[in-house]
Amino acid sequence: MVGACGSQPAAQPETRAAVQPDAATPAVTPAVTAGSAISVTDPWVKGTESGMTAAFGTLVNNGDADVTVVSATSPLSPDVELHEVVDSGGKMVMRAKKGGFVIPAHGTHQLEPGGDHIMLMGVTKQVKPGDEITFTLTFKDGGTLDFTAIGKEFAGGKENYQPGTDHSGGHSESAGGDAHGDGGTSEDHG
Amino acid sequence: MSEPRLSRRGLLAGGAATAVGALAACAPASSPSTTSAPGATSITGSPAAASTALEPFHGQHQSGIATPPQTYAAFLGLDLRTGVDKEALGRLMRLLTDDARRLTQGRPALADVEPELAADPARLTVTFGFGPGLFTAAGVEHLRPDTVAPLPAFSIDRLEKQWTGGDLLVHIGAEDGVTLAHALRMIVKDARAFAKVRWTQRGFRRSPQVQAPGTTQRNLMGQLDGTVNPVPGTADFDRAVWIGDGPEWLRGGTTLVLRRIHMELETWDAADRVAREFSVGRRLDTGAPLTGHAEHDEADFEKLGAAGFPVISEYAHIRRAHVQDPGMRIFRRTYNYDEGITSDGKSSSGLLFASYQADITRQFVPIQRKLAEADLLNEWTVPIGSAVFAIPPGCAPNGWVGDGLLG
Repeated sequence: MVGACGSQPAAQPETRAAVQPDAATPAVTPAVTAGSAISVTDPWVKGTESGMTAAFGTLVNNGDADVTVVSATSPLSPDVELHEVVDSGGKMVMRAKKGGFVIPAHGTHQLEPGGDHIMLMGVTKQVKPGDEITFTLTFKDGGTLDFTAIGKEFAGGKENYQPGTDHSGGHSESAGGDAHGDGGTSEDHG
Repeated sequence: MSEPRLSRRGLLAGGAATAVGALAACAPASSPSTTSAPGATSITGSPAAASTALEPFHGQHQSGIATPPQTYAAFLGLDLRTGVDKEALGRLMRLLTDDARRLTQGRPALADVEPELAADPARLTVTFGFGPGLFTAAGVEHLRPDTVAPLPAFSIDRLEKQWTGGDLLVHIGAEDGVTLAHALRMIVKDARAFAKVRWTQRGFRRSPQVQAPGTTQRNLMGQLDGTVNPVPGTADFDRAVWIGDGPEWLRGGTTLVLRRIHMELETWDAADRVAREFSVGRRLDTGAPLTGHAEHDEADFEKLGAAGFPVISEYAHIRRAHVQDPGMRIFRRTYNYDEGITSDGKSSSGLLFASYQADITRQFVPIQRKLAEADLLNEWTVPIGSAVFAIPPGCAPNGWVGDGLLG
């Protein structure tokens, strides 16, 4: 009955939730350049004790031009990457996304388990449910956007990891360089 | 109850719910009725549809108490894990408040993997309560009202550990069982890093499609149950239910005593209608006191019968439970339970007796004591579970339930 109307009513408010003072959706800080048109709705991080994890949410572009996220940083990890999940020989694997995330003008870009996400390697501390983790996105024009994501216990997001060709390898938790292997090692984000 | 009748009711309720859902789904993004939750407005339909489908989340009081009882309820009793302290409880209550805030307004929870199940809120409410152990875990014993403690033992009690106690209560109500199941699942997933499930108690009532809201409902013994009950929105209700003094953090809150009352339906079957009416002091058909004609007639406890005995027995339930001062009454928001039938056909049925009052010691305990001393109904009813919670006030749009205590 939702589909009959050609839209997802329950999802619509999400695009405006960034302006809502929601306890688990901390307000974002607008940046000076491209970032001023961008907000992050419902950001969350998969809880983990150590190793890898990933951040998700909806990137919202209220501006008239496409905006590209080229990198992300967080105090939680020295090694944060923008990832995608792709079909590699019939197997879904994740890898660094070339060119970053493009948020279309007046549109959104979903970061979700099984899709594009912000990958954190070698987290410096445990992510407990309800923890608030800060992130900074950098855009192609040099602008930035800070946001805070909430730790959530989550079972999914277990894509295989396959470093892309443009990836230098050698994550912080793998002492001998790239421990993930070409075929993609099954790695839990959490 | 015959099968065709069940089917007809099922279809009736289902059809109504579908109509509400369809309206909600096709509605424009603007609705004037949910100003307290700006992020939730676009799922609501016409104001009429919104009012039937959504209950507010924010406010002075938590929803789910003065709210007209929904058809389905689940009461979840949680025990905090070792080491869960005030800081962790703050994280937990932020997470659970966020889940409740979204789901009650028809939005998926954060990281909800079944977002479609959140689309029909069906008057969903999620209400939180703090048991005695939570105050200890948080190191805020001095802020626990004295009455939020296990009840004194009553002679009639046959309490079972599986239905008794608990550090944290989550009470979920909805007009729809699927909506309720989804909310319960989401809440449990977010709670289980902090707490173990001690009990889950599920209950049901007749739905508003079957029986007009505000009508006194029948319990599974066939009695009209809850005739003399404070009415939400009245001064008597406010005085009886909401806390106005004591620790600052609890003002606007209340307390809940949740008693699980087993009904001995096998022996009740053996009682004839005269005995049944005599034990309660009311007629089974109309619910009128034995001294009156209509349900809401005042009982005349002085009236004597032909033999010179009171028409309403000294040990009749309504006499023993009677409280003269309306502001000292308890607010009963009860649900039936019916948990399955043994291989030899005996039922496990009863009442989730949810009693809300500003002060357990002054309001609930004296009534329970009088009933325990002598109440003909005790022959067929057995309390098998008991739990006590402080129910914090409601929270602001930028707050969370319990922030006054744990923030």
